[in-house]
Amino acid sequence: MTSVSMTVNGKSVSGDVEGRTLLVDFLRNDLRLTGTHVGCDTSQCGACVVHVNGAAVKACAMFAVEADGADVATIEGQANADGSLNTIQQAFQDHHGLQCGFCTPGMVMSAAALLKDNPKPSEAEIREYLEGNICRCTGYHNIVKAIMAASGQDVTAIAAE
Amino acid sequence: MPKDSGIGASTKRREDVRFLTGAGNYTDDINIHGQAYVHFLRADVAHATINSIDTSGAADMPGVLRIFTGADFEAVGGLPCGWQVTDKHGQPMQEPKHPVLAHGKIRHVGEPVCAVVAETYAQARDAAEEIVLDLTELPAMVDMKEAVKDGATKVHDDLTSNLCYDWGFVEENKDAVDEAIKNAAHVTTLELVNNRLVANPMEPRVAVGEYSRSDDMHTLHTTSQNPHVIRLLMGAFVLGIPEHKLRVVAPDVGGGFGTKIFHYAEEAFCTFAAKAVNRPVKWTSTRSEAFMSDAHGRDHVTKIELAMDADNNFTAIRTETYANMGAYLSTFAPSVPTWLHGTLMAGNYKTPLIYVNVKAVFTNTVPVDAYRGAGRPEATFQLERVIDKAARERGVDPIALRRQNFVTEFPYATPVAVEYDTGDYEATMAKLEEIADIGGFAARRAASEKNGKLRGLGVNCYIEACGIAPSNLVGQLGARAGLYDAATVRVNATGSISVMVGAHSHGQGHETSFPQVISEMIGIPEDQIDIVHGDTSKIPFGMGTYGSRSLAVCGSAMVRAAEKVINKAKKIAAHLLEASDADIELKNGQFTVAGTDKSVAWGDVTLAAYVPHNYPLEDIEPGLEETAFYDPANFTYPAGAYACEVEVDPDTGKVTIERFSAADDFGNIINPMIVSGQVHGGIAQGIGQALLENCSYDENGQLISASYMDYAMPRADDLPFYSVDHSCQTPCTHNPLGVKGCGEAGAIGSPPSVVNAVIDALQSGGKNVAHIDMPLTPSRVWAAMNNA
Repeated sequence: MTSVSMTVNGKSVSGDVEGRTLLVDFLRNDLRLTGTHVGCDTSQCGACVVHVNGAAVKACAMFAVEADGADVATIEGQANADGSLNTIQQAFQDHHGLQCGFCTPGMVMSAAALLKDNPKPSEAEIREYLEGNICRCTGYHNIVKAIMAASGQDVTAIAAE
Repeated sequence: MPKDSGIGASTKRREDVRFLTGAGNYTDDINIHGQAYVHFLRADVAHATINSIDTSGAADMPGVLRIFTGADFEAVGGLPCGWQVTDKHGQPMQEPKHPVLAHGKIRHVGEPVCAVVAETYAQARDAAEEIVLDLTELPAMVDMKEAVKDGATKVHDDLTSNLCYDWGFVEENKDAVDEAIKNAAHVTTLELVNNRLVANPMEPRVAVGEYSRSDDMHTLHTTSQNPHVIRLLMGAFVLGIPEHKLRVVAPDVGGGFGTKIFHYAEEAFCTFAAKAVNRPVKWTSTRSEAFMSDAHGRDHVTKIELAMDADNNFTAIRTETYANMGAYLSTFAPSVPTWLHGTLMAGNYKTPLIYVNVKAVFTNTVPVDAYRGAGRPEATFQLERVIDKAARERGVDPIALRRQNFVTEFPYATPVAVEYDTGDYEATMAKLEEIADIGGFAARRAASEKNGKLRGLGVNCYIEACGIAPSNLVGQLGARAGLYDAATVRVNATGSISVMVGAHSHGQGHETSFPQVISEMIGIPEDQIDIVHGDTSKIPFGMGTYGSRSLAVCGSAMVRAAEKVINKAKKIAAHLLEASDADIELKNGQFTVAGTDKSVAWGDVTLAAYVPHNYPLEDIEPGLEETAFYDPANFTYPAGAYACEVEVDPDTGKVTIERFSAADDFGNIINPMIVSGQVHGGIAQGIGQALLENCSYDENGQLISASYMDYAMPRADDLPFYSVDHSCQTPCTHNPLGVKGCGEAGAIGSPPSVVNAVIDALQSGGKNVAHIDMPLTPSRVWAAMNNA
């Protein structure tokens, strides 16, 4: 077992992990931050996307020991300080960008990373960026629309509801 | 003005807040003190005799609590099948045993053979590596037509062959259909494959079994669409646990699409093992395991013939289908190619004579069962493809040919045993022409051609049958379960309401839409109403969510229960207002004596029910809680028309979806936003089937598409924005809300229009291609173009 320490959602945390323990398992099983999900075992689905030192990372593709000393952000730390939904989260609710909710944490974390680098992405840029996030429920229509809305773009022309 | 609450409002979903903040409670988020973990050693060959299993090395590995094999389950029942189909000779289908863990033989890759329970998941997995299986491999049956040949290796030694059943429908019509086809002016024939798919909800399956010695209570937490069905099947047929000693909980479930209807071996195992090792036992599927253990969908091979008279009126349809059952009968597998498929073969058209033959076949593959649409996409695909081919052969417009043959008068009794109550197929087709801008297609095609691309337009109609019922009819058809649903409306003393429902929400937004109905009926705010679902210890015995039934069946039960509550509340109000209960009206949360200004608020009446100081105790009981069970009189019949426009790159065969439009008639609608979302998701799955997805086996029965590296899930950049409309509404006549169901329409209605569009594009480029089997990958399209 190896001792690891990191900052998660602004709080210092530490734990003992096996060398093979994935970051996502450390978050879910040791820290009980179960908002980050596991939807596949080949780093394809993106349900486990978190931010490590500000970059979007698939937490199933990184060992916990690799995150030693890192600054990690998960879905549990995304809401505003008063507990209200942040702009991206609110846009997902307003535009019905989620159904079962399982891929949603990864979608929100990926969207946040995209908008940080590209504050007004086009539809095509959003679709390309979301290549690594699979949703089986929404057909992506309302996810793309929500991200466009979150970036301040007018989405009223995109098919209603 | 759109409404801002109640029926017809696009109320934002309340469940979103927990999902958007990581506060959802999915089964894998449940961890019980002292829990152990199970890893299943799964078969890596498709067909073999198990000579011996040596677990001695594994048993000594760190953390191992116990290793189970098929022998441990000899005294336990097998996994049951919930539907018995009767073949065309009046004989019951062949029904093999389905052990929890393989016993004596392995019949498909992925079948669980041993189960290692250990302190940690990693220890269980490590130990499983040390188990030694001594197997004798047998020839694998993969191709259905090979499997039913004389002398084929049998998947089940105790059955007479690999044929599960040979079903004819309607058998009495067969001769008349044959005659009509012989005498037809024109017959269009099409042979096609409806490709095998994997449902792939993003949440893999999970089961956590618990046993309490203090009260002999078993609890199973599981990723299910229907916890009461699991309790009944697992308790009564597999483990012999009486239902009052078995609680099944399905909390937040991350998508189902049918594959979480069924009762699976892992659920029975975790429940059984929790008592055997006296520890909670948890299993979390990996995605790789999901591909080889979740029931698959579709997998039909069909020949369809459409006969027409000289004026292009449809006169008869004859089909022959081979339907893959896989190695065992999954819970509702036999019903899918029969009663959910044959009964839909009339589609939207008044074809007078129809005969459907289905041969269900056992193979050494993962069991196949219902996946979004379940039988109805297979019916729609063959019918709408053959109509398009017929239009081309006859040189007529495919939309006009459909219109000419539409059913126009309702109710309409089809020749395949069902009666459509309402519909307006002309209205949805006209709406489709408008939203798809079909008039502008020629200009768009010209623009594509200028860019060196071929552009095609494909249109199709669909009909679906939702809310399968009534129970006494489906019982005659072989269902071993009722298909009603149930709801309890519990009004609390201060007027808020908890509604316990048998339906399960795993993306459909019931927690938002069901309160809209109650709010409309009583006139109190939606946020005063909560929906409770997914726990057999809290909800009445309902049958769960599948077949687009939740609102039409469970919503109807909820309305009936709410009506009982309102009737009782009116009696209490009448007492308080010193009036006759017949004169009491309820509006906006106020009870009023008709024609007067005397009124009492909802909350005062509910308080009186629980603090019955001034109360007619001699006439009615205190309290305000009612339950209703609702068994529908008929299916509901949503219908619509879909259009797809594609560009095909003539150099590579790559197909791009340029436009996709859907005009649906779902009857009355509670929450338009949620309905559109359901259609979007269904369309994406249908486009996935048409262009991308294929569950593929090699000739040895190895599953060669068992990860997201190999199985092409639709991604955001494979799909366009969709144009959807559900303003055409012909309300269902036989349920109290006039609703029809919308969950599967998109997946049923979209594949044929995609394929029709690609064929249209290729034909426009001078390629004489009549059909390409799904998925229309670039290599298949390119090959078809270059062989044409």
